[in-house]
Amino acid sequence: MAQENLLFSKDHEWLKVEGDMVVVGVTDYAQHELGDVVYVDLPAVGKELKKGDPVANIESVKAVSDVYAPVSGKITEVNQNLNSTPELINQEPFAGGWIFKISMTQASELQELMDGKKYEEYLKGISGE
Amino acid sequence: MTALPKLIFELSRDGKVGCGLHEADVPAEAVIAAADRRVDIADFPQVSEVEIVRHYMALARLNYSVDAGFYPLGSCTMKYNPKINEKLAAADELQAHPYTPHDLVQGNLEIMAQLEEWLVSLTGLAGFTLNPAAGAHGEFTGMLIIRKYLQEKGDARKVVLIPDSAHGTNPASAHFAGYEIREIPSNVQGIIGIEELRAHLKPDVAALMMTNPNTLGIFESNINAIADALHANGSLLYMDGANLNALLGIVRPGDLGVDVMHLNLHKTFATPHGGGGPGSGPVGVAAHLLPFLPLPRVKKNKDRYEVVYDDPRSIGRVKNFYGQFLVMVRALAYLLALGRENIRRVAEDAVLNANYIRKKLEGVLDLPYPAPSLHEVVFSDKDLPVKTLDIAKRLLDYGLHPFTIYFPLIVHGAMMIEPTETESKETLDEFINVMNTIIREARENPELLRQAPVQTPVRRLDETLAARKPVLKWRRGENI
Amino acid sequence: MRYLPLTDPEREEMKKTIGITDVKDLFSCLPSGKCYPSLNKFPAALSEPQLVSTFKEWGRKNSFSDHLSFLGAGAYAHFIPEVVSYLSSRGEFLTPYTPYQPEVSQGSLQAIFEYQTMMTMLTGLDVANASLYDGGTAAAEAVLLAVRKSGRHRVLLAANLHPEYMAIIRTYVQNLPIELLTVAVDEKSGRVDGKDLGTKLDDTTAAFVFQSPNFLGVVEDSRAIAAAAHERQAFAVQVVSEAMSLAYLVPPADCGVDLVVGEAQSFGLPLGFGGPYLGFLTAREEFLRQLPGRLVGQTVDLDGKRGYVLTLSTREQHIKREKATSNICTNQAWCAMRAGMYLAVMGKTGLARAAKTCHLNAAYFAAAAARLKQIKVVYPENFYNEVLIEVKNGHAADFLEALKKKGILAGVPLTWFDPAWQNRLLLAFSELHDRKAIDRLLAAMGECA
Repeated sequence: MAQENLLFSKDHEWLKVEGDMVVVGVTDYAQHELGDVVYVDLPAVGKELKKGDPVANIESVKAVSDVYAPVSGKITEVNQNLNSTPELINQEPFAGGWIFKISMTQASELQELMDGKKYEEYLKGISGE
Repeated sequence: MTALPKLIFELSRDGKVGCGLHEADVPAEAVIAAADRRVDIADFPQVSEVEIVRHYMALARLNYSVDAGFYPLGSCTMKYNPKINEKLAAADELQAHPYTPHDLVQGNLEIMAQLEEWLVSLTGLAGFTLNPAAGAHGEFTGMLIIRKYLQEKGDARKVVLIPDSAHGTNPASAHFAGYEIREIPSNVQGIIGIEELRAHLKPDVAALMMTNPNTLGIFESNINAIADALHANGSLLYMDGANLNALLGIVRPGDLGVDVMHLNLHKTFATPHGGGGPGSGPVGVAAHLLPFLPLPRVKKNKDRYEVVYDDPRSIGRVKNFYGQFLVMVRALAYLLALGRENIRRVAEDAVLNANYIRKKLEGVLDLPYPAPSLHEVVFSDKDLPVKTLDIAKRLLDYGLHPFTIYFPLIVHGAMMIEPTETESKETLDEFINVMNTIIREARENPELLRQAPVQTPVRRLDETLAARKPVLKWRRGENI
Repeated sequence: MRYLPLTDPEREEMKKTIGITDVKDLFSCLPSGKCYPSLNKFPAALSEPQLVSTFKEWGRKNSFSDHLSFLGAGAYAHFIPEVVSYLSSRGEFLTPYTPYQPEVSQGSLQAIFEYQTMMTMLTGLDVANASLYDGGTAAAEAVLLAVRKSGRHRVLLAANLHPEYMAIIRTYVQNLPIELLTVAVDEKSGRVDGKDLGTKLDDTTAAFVFQSPNFLGVVEDSRAIAAAAHERQAFAVQVVSEAMSLAYLVPPADCGVDLVVGEAQSFGLPLGFGGPYLGFLTAREEFLRQLPGRLVGQTVDLDGKRGYVLTLSTREQHIKREKATSNICTNQAWCAMRAGMYLAVMGKTGLARAAKTCHLNAAYFAAAAARLKQIKVVYPENFYNEVLIEVKNGHAADFLEALKKKGILAGVPLTWFDPAWQNRLLLAFSELHDRKAIDRLLAAMGECA
């Protein structure tokens, strides 16, 4: 079930908009596909990125998944808890498992993302394959 | 169930001694100052010889092996390792220091020259380097050869094409050789389609890396057209020879347009896997690439063997000394024991065995690609109430080693089965019976599989914990 | 044929089951014109006794066994306890595959875990991997690792690295955006020239790679080197070609070294004409997720029992493919297990005794050689087990040849590696030598003009 008031990318990232900042994590679908998360490679605070740049990666025992910047901007904060407790991504993907925060440089990019309902349909499309 | 063995450090006690070495008998003082010498090696084991033997025998009892039973890992070619080869490789007369003057090791140099000759004749290529230590090392060497060849022609290119069914070492090796990878999807038949290749064949393509037969066990039947298209484009064809066991004596890659290939002595040529190595990955090349082979190379000069160390066109040195010499000894012994009478039999029996298994199991397991299988067959876990992992773990309860699981990636829940030619029909029938039993269990009582294995010394180890909290060595005072 | 268990009746039965009449039908997918090349040029099969005599004949063509050898330079003759050969030859260690099914591979996994532990005890660093191919490729992997970890692209190499290791590093980086620079050697001391090092280290330097004991046999000042490298936030990477030295000299970690890699053939592997040998890599904790090669880790099973698994596999090629930390797959696992057995058998006191004897034998030779007119010990103050000598008034080649005729292989001529080193020979001493053998060497040298 997708969360209310969040936006979603095709790469299964969720965004929570807070003014001109966004909090980013990965969805329940993503964490389920990954399996038990063992390590998160977090970006450096202050790193500048364009939409679509690989920002972080999440490792499970058998796979690595890139997390991409859903919008352009600068990293203002990363979730240090993930260093000691990477399993937060599995346990609370939409809450304690948030990964990083970006201060946006082009808020218009938000329009290219999906809302909760569209993401649910997108998920249905994927599992239908 | 017996208790698991302690670590050697847990057996250690002050004052116990494991070896029988005498003290120095020279009247000499150390030249290195005391401050630059270590005091001792803290916590290093002190265990008696008796206890050491029992320790490793206990560890041995925990290991499955080819010597113990069927080991059908796909693309690994877990064939029987002849014991006479161990004795030959241990002979004192062969154990020269690698810097021994060449006139004193003519026998060893001849062994390497003979092996090269065999490999040339088996593959139809012009020459081989025996330097690389393993398949991936051979792939890396081959990519460097291709790159240097093209650079010399003034036609340096940046891209290597690799099919989506390729083993992970292929893109990794190409990457370390400085190449960018462009992936080609396999077609519905499971092979590289000629039109698909042409669509990807831009002027920036240096080579295509092809495994043949591929990791589905299917022959890349478009290879002739692919080779022609590549060559017309100024590109080269690299062949990953891991699956050569299907082709030995049947067809020669050099005759199919292959420019560079590596072999795995620890697969096709029966040298033991040793729990992960040592292997040996000789690389063969077509005539136009000979000058680029790494160094050193053994050369025959009338009735003497010499070693070439310098060649400005060579890619350079990839390995210390000559390569995995004692592995080469085993491979040559294996070939000499097979002889011309049996070389072809290897591939024929390997392919017969794989097809027998395929025929017997294709009624109960999903076969994603109907094309003919050569030496290995790949099933998927489609329509099964359990996962491939569960089937594999349940096989352990029946005393058999599982097949390769979850590779190639293009098949869901892949089960890659390669029996090899050194398995008897009885063993194959036993495997087939067990598989049928397990699949029946899967439908009637899937929990049996999900709880498996129950007969092994340990069960479903926590790999997540191992990755989250890595413990990569023993430390005094830390116990689980 | 004994390696082909199928009988003809069984083949017939299987063909019937499959639905074919001829085994050739199974190969119909192959291009017809190219199949079934003639096999006539291959020799007829050899029986087992014929195989044995064939290899004996090759053995007879080798005539080195009668010679007293002082060859070293990256491969060393050491005492190997019989128990090591016996245990490592067991089929349970020799014939399994990589331990991907850990439940039936605890033997291999625990043996390698023990090996990893002992290598960290010897170097003092935090983590060891489960093997690389050899010392040279380990040095190359260390260069790649340092570049990866630091994000910098220039690597300094000591000029007195083993020339083969230098060559392999150059081969490995030839198509990568990595710049290699050589740091000069101070002729007088045989050590890295500290001034030159200081000049060349800068903020683009990922690492300084040095060997100790170096190719000239000289022990480097690792503390000073590490300090210099760290001043520029570069890594200090020590290469070791004689692993036995780790059991005698101060642990590299205590000197501030970040990575210690090299060749562990000395730990129980036969000379074997160059292979298979054993590349080792040990590193500080911070390198963990960038390490190449396999790692065995400890964990628990469903019932809470301690067990071992391959871990941190997401670094490796089968998962990360072209983004992997290395392309290595098959490594030298059996050699690592054998080295672990050797280290366990030699143990704390045995290894220390062997390591000390190597040095004392070298010291005995160096002191006595000082009295010989024909040769000069180049670095008498500072060596571990290898002594570099200079042949006065003539070429080392003739000197060596004369000694060879007396049945002695008096070291490796450095001219093989660099023509400029015309008169230098490198002799290695091990615990297999004794006073009698070294006296014989000295006497023979005295007789050769």
